Amino acid sequence: MKPAPFEYHAPRSLGEALDALAEAGADGKVLAGGQSLIPMLNMRLAAPAHLIDINRLTELATLDVEPGGVRVGALARHAQVERSEPVAAAQPLLRQALRLVAHPVIRNRGTVVGSLVHADPAAELPAVLALLGGSVRLARRGATRDVTAAAFFTGPMESATGPGELAVSALFPLLPARSGTAFREVARRHGDYALAGIAALVSLDDDLRITVARVACVSVGPVPVLVDVTEVCGHRPPASAGWDAAARAVQDRIEPEADIHASAGYRRHLIGVLAEQALRDAARAALDA
Amino acid sequence: MTDIAITLTVNGVVRQVEVPGRRLLSDCLRHDLGLTGTHVGCEHGVCGCCTVLLDGEPVRSCLTFAVTVDGHDITTVEGLAAPDGAMSPVQRAFAECHGLQCGFCTPGFLCTVTALLRDNPSPTGEEVLEGISGNLCRCTGYQNIVKSVHRAAEIMAEET
Repeated sequence: MKPAPFEYHAPRSLGEALDALAEAGADGKVLAGGQSLIPMLNMRLAAPAHLIDINRLTELATLDVEPGGVRVGALARHAQVERSEPVAAAQPLLRQALRLVAHPVIRNRGTVVGSLVHADPAAELPAVLALLGGSVRLARRGATRDVTAAAFFTGPMESATGPGELAVSALFPLLPARSGTAFREVARRHGDYALAGIAALVSLDDDLRITVARVACVSVGPVPVLVDVTEVCGHRPPASAGWDAAARAVQDRIEPEADIHASAGYRRHLIGVLAEQALRDAARAALDA
Repeated sequence: MTDIAITLTVNGVVRQVEVPGRRLLSDCLRHDLGLTGTHVGCEHGVCGCCTVLLDGEPVRSCLTFAVTVDGHDITTVEGLAAPDGAMSPVQRAFAECHGLQCGFCTPGFLCTVTALLRDNPSPTGEEVLEGISGNLCRCTGYQNIVKSVHRAAEIMAEET
């Protein structure tokens, strides 16, 4: 399996990359880590006429903890983000999720922003961005725009990134005070795509009662499925919250599909179990925060 | 679609080659540079047979274009032994514990494990499993490979 021929572009600056993308238009594709794109090229599921390789744009290999959140540049590899202690302290959900992304060797090369643009509904990072209400910064020649997660994921393997646009960074907002997160998933083999997965966020008030409880579901819809279960849990301390009712509410909101790996009913069952576990984990983390 | 001139430092030797943009690093190593120690299994990133070290970090050479790594350092399985040909601790451990088996997946395992033990010289059982989880062996149940990794850690500890 070899990729179809393409015109290779190796820009040395963001400006050069945006020029190449603008000229390529809908025939252009951006190569960063390539851990999802190159398999698609090898299997000829994708055959872009122009490949714009941004691996020389070290200006995009940034990872910053800002007042508004963790900003991850387009060339920051999964492993770099996973290993960062400042990032783990500022936004623990990133490390929790990244440990479940494929295998360590893939994480050496794959990029966080690339995963978001790839927009696989079975992937962990789109669920993280959706749960945290983050955004992706898209640049084109002469213009930049920030797109919220809610608007960014438009369908399976489809994002709001338009022809000629380059996703230059993503912002993962920080957690409010007294908040905790968790990521749980079930895969046949560790590192494989999850049959089902849940990212959860729980926040507490000063009296340690629940003020926010929400989840993002993986592999059970065309895009990450965000469900707010704050009302179902009740504004109670975590020990007496209605976690089982919350899990049922999440199950009611999803429309999983069957495939060769699992039936729709099994996926719905898994989501219920994982939602309850992840919400409890997140609440425990919030109590410790 | 003209060929592109690139320079790679492979196992310490500077190599210059002209390749099309679509040439996978695995094919560049095998066909353009004659280093057939790097094996090609699935060619979509699942099996790990083609794993090499890129600037010291293990990566899939079938999911990397040669042109992307122009100017970088590559270590293949041929480069793991000492310059005088003495096998590395990881290579010796695999031979000693029969972690080689049919040998097809071995180059990928050796490169992956070399980096794993460099970063974590005394991994737990779980860390070993996580570390090699991206490499498939179709011979057996991995017992000898796992044993080899622990043995390599022992050898390295003894020799330092």
